[in-house]
Amino acid sequence: MSRLQVVSGKGGTGKTTVAAALALALATEGKRTLLVEVEGRQGIAQLFETEALPYEERKIAVAPGGGEVHALAIDAERALLDYLQMFYKLGSAGRALKKLGAIDFATTIAPGVRDVLLTGKACEAVRRRDKQGRFAYDYVVMDAPPTGRITRFLNVNDEVAGLAKIGPIYNQAQAVMRVLKSPGTAVHLVTLLEEMPVQETADGVGELRAAELPVGKVIVNMVRPHVLDEEAVNGVAGDRRKEVTKALAAAGVSAPTKLVGPLLEQAAEHAQRVELEREQRAVLAKLGLPTYELPLIGEGMDLAGLYRLAGELRNLGEAR
Amino acid sequence: MTVDPAAAPLEVDPLLDDPETRIIVCCGSGGVGKTTTAAALGVRAAERGRKVVVLTIDPARRLAQSMGIDSLDNTPRQVKGIEGPGELHAMMLDMKRTFDEIVEAHADQDRARAILENPFYQSLSAGFAGTQEYMAMEKLGQLRAREEWDLIVVDTPPSRSALDFLDAPKRLGSFLDGKFIRLLMAPAKMGGRAGMKFLNVGMSMMTGTLGKLLGGQFLRDVQTFVAAMDTMFGGFRTRADATYRLLQAPGTAFLVVAAPERDALREAAYFVERLAAEEMPLAGLVLNRVHGSGAARLSAERARAAAENLEEGRIVDQGHGKNGVREAASPAGSPPDSPDPGPGQLPHQETESQTPEQPSVNQLTAGLLRLHAERMQVLKREQRTRDRFTALHPEVPVAEVAALPGDVHDLAGLRAIGDRLAGGSPATGAA
Repeated sequence: MSRLQVVSGKGGTGKTTVAAALALALATEGKRTLLVEVEGRQGIAQLFETEALPYEERKIAVAPGGGEVHALAIDAERALLDYLQMFYKLGSAGRALKKLGAIDFATTIAPGVRDVLLTGKACEAVRRRDKQGRFAYDYVVMDAPPTGRITRFLNVNDEVAGLAKIGPIYNQAQAVMRVLKSPGTAVHLVTLLEEMPVQETADGVGELRAAELPVGKVIVNMVRPHVLDEEAVNGVAGDRRKEVTKALAAAGVSAPTKLVGPLLEQAAEHAQRVELEREQRAVLAKLGLPTYELPLIGEGMDLAGLYRLAGELRNLGEAR
Repeated sequence: MTVDPAAAPLEVDPLLDDPETRIIVCCGSGGVGKTTTAAALGVRAAERGRKVVVLTIDPARRLAQSMGIDSLDNTPRQVKGIEGPGELHAMMLDMKRTFDEIVEAHADQDRARAILENPFYQSLSAGFAGTQEYMAMEKLGQLRAREEWDLIVVDTPPSRSALDFLDAPKRLGSFLDGKFIRLLMAPAKMGGRAGMKFLNVGMSMMTGTLGKLLGGQFLRDVQTFVAAMDTMFGGFRTRADATYRLLQAPGTAFLVVAAPERDALREAAYFVERLAAEEMPLAGLVLNRVHGSGAARLSAERARAAAENLEEGRIVDQGHGKNGVREAASPAGSPPDSPDPGPGQLPHQETESQTPEQPSVNQLTAGLLRLHAERMQVLKREQRTRDRFTALHPEVPVAEVAALPGDVHDLAGLRAIGDRLAGGSPATGAA
């Protein structure tokens, strides 16, 4: 089981939710996980219904069986200042650098440097040990940038190698790449059973593989139940309309003649969707990756839903 | 589903038809159908008689194909198949190409080549997170200046944060002609000025530190780049400012695009607030993928209860029901306020004809009801999310677009979205 679990996915597929559920699932039964956020969106805090996360690891949830989920919102600027402090004992000069826009330059404009700092911090948490020599966290789960940018984000080596050919940033990039390309890392892609996200997932898998980054699983999120299959829908259409109307009346539905039309229409749409989903599952199957499906939480995502998804992930074999 | 009376409906057609509307900017978080909305608006405006260009940033392949722009060449191409008096052109942004063009247009040949070959420039133009945003705005300015189109519809980049495209041009602009980059170039020049002494000390330490951190070659590349770009610097800030003012101008309309989900609407609310703070003209909110139902008066609870009634009936007519359990197994039964079918009515379903390969009518009907219950639950959740937005921003007009069961692949699909945007078809459909 890889200790660094990177979760990406197209916008709107719920990758933050899946990352959080995965962190919870992995923490079950006394484990410690760190959930890291790298895009400054405070999505984790919103999900766990807590105040905005500082640049500091803090416990945000307890998993079933006494495990703990800690969270960290990594801030590139702070990471750089810490780093400079650690290696160069900059002191107040750090503030002067900031004033001049040098920090801003290094963290937002110099291509790749920001990504090295963010992934570097996550890798540091993976490697960190406590005084007894045990790993500080059993697992680190990263809520990563979306599928379209994930390969570039993780492949910091290439980005930085073109620019910084020597120096600590270069060395840092090399060290980070060793962790990211090892079996100790798994990059999961979250998708929906819709054409665009599935296409983007397939493209993302291709890019990750080309960059020799370890692809983990495809996680299909928000899967809706199949109440009726296509055959059943064809069965109700047309000639059985009257019988359905009768059955509706018998079941206690008032004004069944007005409802039967819209209900059948919904069924036809459902059948169409089921068919589209079948096609998309086939596309995903061709990727040759383990695939997990998580149900749609009908009431909307909240803490209870998050724990439910964590339970689903455990049942699917995650964290065993 | 109809628009909540609390929020005014967004009238899309008058906005598209108004000759004063020259630019429509579609913004919102990732995965909400921004690009599709921009394309659908383009098609609709063209078919209503305007000469339109759609600038997309990173369209899904099939959406691009639906407009015939799957080749990325940074030039507007006319879209074939538009039915109506207008014209539609579409283009996909190539940020590196756009950046190169600026350089080529503003520097003599030798200097331009020096810049284009500089490693720092190459990374900056292809990789910097803000370059795409900056170039999108740059391209918008160029298209507007050409005066070839009477309406430009622009999609915004899939940013880390939906607000990046407002900030990135300024950030890049201020970096490129800012203090820092000049200090990098000529720290000695700054030393003489009063009050800058400490900066000078800081400066040499800083270039030293950055040099150590990033490697000396990197800084030399930056310095060469800066030297080559020197004549263009003033221009970047000016251009960023000009684009910014263009966005504030009366001919511009922002549409915030969202889906009826918590995160997307939260982002939309931020956006609305930010646009107001920047005095950018907001036309309204486009809410995509809204679910509706023609049978909305049948609640989820009643539908579920009715389905249970039928399923129990099936146990009876198939003859292997656990008779004693049947009554006990339906604690939910019918809610008191729904017409009770009464146990006496169930047996008459035993007369339904059944063939082994076909599910019974009761099973099917129960399925229809469960499906409806699921739909109603979605509706309720979406309504709740939407109400929260409307409560915060009652002043923002809203256009709801019914969810489609599948993705859009062709002009007909974009046209259908356009109809829904303009309120032509109520949100009764789609799974």
